Amino acid sequence: MTRPAGSVWRAGTIGLALALAPRAASAHLVETGLGPIYDGVAHFALSPEDYVPIAGAALLAGLRGKDHARLAVLILPLAWLVGGALGGLPGAPGLAVPLWLPFLAVGILVATDLQLPTAATGVLVGALGFILGYPNGLAIAQYGQGLRGVIGSTAAIFVLVTLVAALAAGTTVAWVRIAWRVLGSWIAASGLLLLGWALRAR
Amino acid sequence: MKGNANRLVLALAFAAAPTLVHAHPQIGEATGFLTGFLHPLTGLDHIIAMVAVGLWGAQLGAPAIWMLPVTFPMVMAFGGFLGLVGVPVPFVEIGIALSGVLLGAAVMTESRPPLIVAGALIAVFAICHGHAHGAELPPGTSGLTYSIGFVVATGLLHACGIGIGTVHRWSYGRLALRALGGLISVGGVFFLSQAFA
Repeated sequence: MTRPAGSVWRAGTIGLALALAPRAASAHLVETGLGPIYDGVAHFALSPEDYVPIAGAALLAGLRGKDHARLAVLILPLAWLVGGALGGLPGAPGLAVPLWLPFLAVGILVATDLQLPTAATGVLVGALGFILGYPNGLAIAQYGQGLRGVIGSTAAIFVLVTLVAALAAGTTVAWVRIAWRVLGSWIAASGLLLLGWALRAR
Repeated sequence: MKGNANRLVLALAFAAAPTLVHAHPQIGEATGFLTGFLHPLTGLDHIIAMVAVGLWGAQLGAPAIWMLPVTFPMVMAFGGFLGLVGVPVPFVEIGIALSGVLLGAAVMTESRPPLIVAGALIAVFAICHGHAHGAELPPGTSGLTYSIGFVVATGLLHACGIGIGTVHRWSYGRLALRALGGLISVGGVFFLSQAFA
């Protein structure tokens, strides 16, 4: 199946526009005034430290084919939900995930177009969803939004993963596939710089 | 019809994108991306070298045309990493200026060395550029979004080079590319003279 070039351009246009648009970030949870579900959606949408690696993981799964993509659509949001729910439990211990790690790991895997077995993709996206979802659950609980906030962010993740994985899985044009890998190298490069920042701060 | 659809998508994307909320400053995340994005675009020495990489890749064709844009950002970021953790790289400014001279010359002469030689040459220059530019985080900006902006801008400069390089398929385009390579090389000589000044 050949994906029409127009779809790719439109997706690229959206991505570029969103990337260039200035945004506030995630240090404080966003209050949309529409309730915890939408607050969870907004919180995720304004957290590049979350949505960049997750989009990268969806890209990775999509590049590996439709079986991997379907698995990621199911497992990644589910793992985020479980992690977020556990993180939101009273007395849940803290979990500090280095910011650079998901960027570097996911970016390198996408850039190198590594041939992973389906199970490995499942484990990878599951682990990523959990380690990113858990601290988000902690933060959301601190702001009293509870599980509903986590459900909102899970819904946003489901949409993002579905769109990105489907777009990547439907790629048959060689240069578009390379463009996805270039995006992966950008994610990895950002991760490497973040590692540098982290080491310098010590 | 298609044009309308594209305009609608673009309008929706901007409408959906959140803008700055000044009531709750988020410690430089918003300015971080733009600062990082604009950083490579404000140094002509960086611009000409990045565009030259794309031009040369387009001249060399596959597999260089796709290998260079995939590997360059990571090698450049490695240079930035070295700068951040305090590993000195000697003669960085000279290396940056030389990148303009040599990459411009390679485009001008349509040089076709073995892929590994081209890759190694570009890797050395990528480390110089990354080391010099990647570690300059202005106070009050976010390292995360600054890094993303910096990498994206550099990648887009490559894309510009590759896009311009597509004229290589026509004979007058090949001539224009070689002329552009010459210009880049002259620019590199200027920056080299500045580095020694």
